[in-house]
Amino acid sequence: MQIFDSFLLEAVINGILLGGILALLALGLNLIFGVIDVVWICYAELIMIGMYSVYYAHNVYHWPLALAFLACVLLVAALGALLHVLVIRPVLGAEPINQLLVTGGVLFFLQAVATLAFGVEFKNVGVSLPALQIAGMYISFARLIAFGVALGGMVALYLFLKRTYIGTAIRAISQDRGIMPLMGVSPNRIFVLTSAIGGALAGLAACLLVLQYDIHPAIGLSFGPITFMVCVLGGLGNMVGGFIAAFIFAQFISVGGYFLALEWGYVLAFLFFIGMMFWRPQGILGGK
Amino acid sequence: MNKARWIGLALLAAAPLAGMGDYPLHLIILCLLWAFVYTGWAVMGRLGMVSLGHGAFLGVGAYVVVMGWNHFHISPWLGLPLALAATAALAFLIGYPCFRFKIVGHYFALVTLALSEVVRLIIIALRDYTGGSLGVTPKTALAKASWSLSAMQFSSKLVWFYVILMVWLAGLWIWTRVDRSMSRLALEAISQEEDAAASIGMSVTRLKLGVTMVSALMTCVGGVLYAQYQLYVNPESVSGIGISLQMVFGAIAGGMFVRLGPTVGAVFTLLLAEGLRLTIGHDIHGLDATIYGLMLVLFIIFMPKGILGAAIEAYEKRRRAPRVAPA
Repeated sequence: MQIFDSFLLEAVINGILLGGILALLALGLNLIFGVIDVVWICYAELIMIGMYSVYYAHNVYHWPLALAFLACVLLVAALGALLHVLVIRPVLGAEPINQLLVTGGVLFFLQAVATLAFGVEFKNVGVSLPALQIAGMYISFARLIAFGVALGGMVALYLFLKRTYIGTAIRAISQDRGIMPLMGVSPNRIFVLTSAIGGALAGLAACLLVLQYDIHPAIGLSFGPITFMVCVLGGLGNMVGGFIAAFIFAQFISVGGYFLALEWGYVLAFLFFIGMMFWRPQGILGGK
Repeated sequence: MNKARWIGLALLAAAPLAGMGDYPLHLIILCLLWAFVYTGWAVMGRLGMVSLGHGAFLGVGAYVVVMGWNHFHISPWLGLPLALAATAALAFLIGYPCFRFKIVGHYFALVTLALSEVVRLIIIALRDYTGGSLGVTPKTALAKASWSLSAMQFSSKLVWFYVILMVWLAGLWIWTRVDRSMSRLALEAISQEEDAAASIGMSVTRLKLGVTMVSALMTCVGGVLYAQYQLYVNPESVSGIGISLQMVFGAIAGGMFVRLGPTVGAVFTLLLAEGLRLTIGHDIHGLDATIYGLMLVLFIIFMPKGILGAAIEAYEKRRRAPRVAPA
């Protein structure tokens, strides 16, 4: 009896690596929700724009890859701040659901702009990284890097929130939006800053994803919904919960995809999500 | 007012007889069909239950009927009740726990979003039967005749016009029935303050579930008609996040709190999309969608009550204005 089928193990390990990326995606969304109380439905579209920026900087203007990555993170951070100032701020006082929907409009807009500017052809940065061969298993080097950087990014964000003055202000706002202005913290500046950080995390994710996937205007749809599920499963705004949920989801997709077809992995993950909502609607780590 | 309504309806019903081309008639049919679907969404949407999962019901409607016809030779007339039953089961499965455990607002939107993605992915995963992302065409029954009642296929647009006109009117009638029922008042109270409503003896779960069922079944009928009229469906056009958001935007753009609001929204969004497509054309790929997306954002920021909602508000303000003494 062979329990440790090496292909299954490979699927599990790939799942863990995928979990790192999902955790990073969920982190930015959770940060924004926790502080501003808004869900960016268009989060994955920001990542798509970031991926295109890497492609254009590196392949068209021949910047070094590191510089292209830096530009991508800065660009998407700026987009995040812009999104808040232009779109979110005017509806902050409106019905909560309008805030969700307005970013849905941005989703359509960004997709269309990308189609207009970049065309519908698939693009690839063409940086191919070798696959590591360990004990008969192939582990994608790009995924390993992505996993490492995602974890590093999370630790950096954690330290930023815990150790710096601004970080403390951000955490304070997320706990009580009403009282902080009385303490002399301007919520407005904190909101813009948080949006920029959320954008920077999306930019970072874009740098990691661009190494593994082709770029096209609709790519956001292939990992946008799964990111929302991860956040809700972990408890919206709960970063640790999102982290755990990311790895659970990734295992469903990877191992489910191993036993069945890839789509069935996603179907299982979504069904699991819907089931979990009925058991723990407040998220796996949320209090009753 | 009442007379004006009948005249308007008569003009609409007589319009195709005036010898209009196929393309304008096609546009009117699509307007009415989407108006019906958006109305179905707004039946629950305006009561605080914003679903991003109606693509699931549309997809079930379209695919159950087409799959039944293509693979089991079940007439769409039998497929329709099957699709309705499947939709009802799905709506119950998602609705009951959601309402029982008070999943509202963002959470409700995201849970229903997951549902529409599940349906889309299942359709794609069953590609051996459904044709996957490429979509599927119902087996034609029009090879020898120009129409087939048992296959629910008619090559004449005129037939579809009257069928969908009736369905649209039925949709407005359902809206009125819900609007005048006690449930609507109860649900409005619930959408304001759920716990308070429950404390005075309202059965929150049952009321919400009832309206959700009505809304889901209407959407399912829309899906069936869409598939039979277009004679082609693909997973992206009837399920998933894209079409679900489109329904929400259509209803909001027109105004989801007034009866004809979703209809105005359907006419507006369709004419906007077609107009942009005709004036700009396909040469500049994506420009029409860019303007469309931009307008959606502007609408939600500046006109959250929608076109018709804002128009009615402005009209009533003007009518009331003379009574207010000038300062």
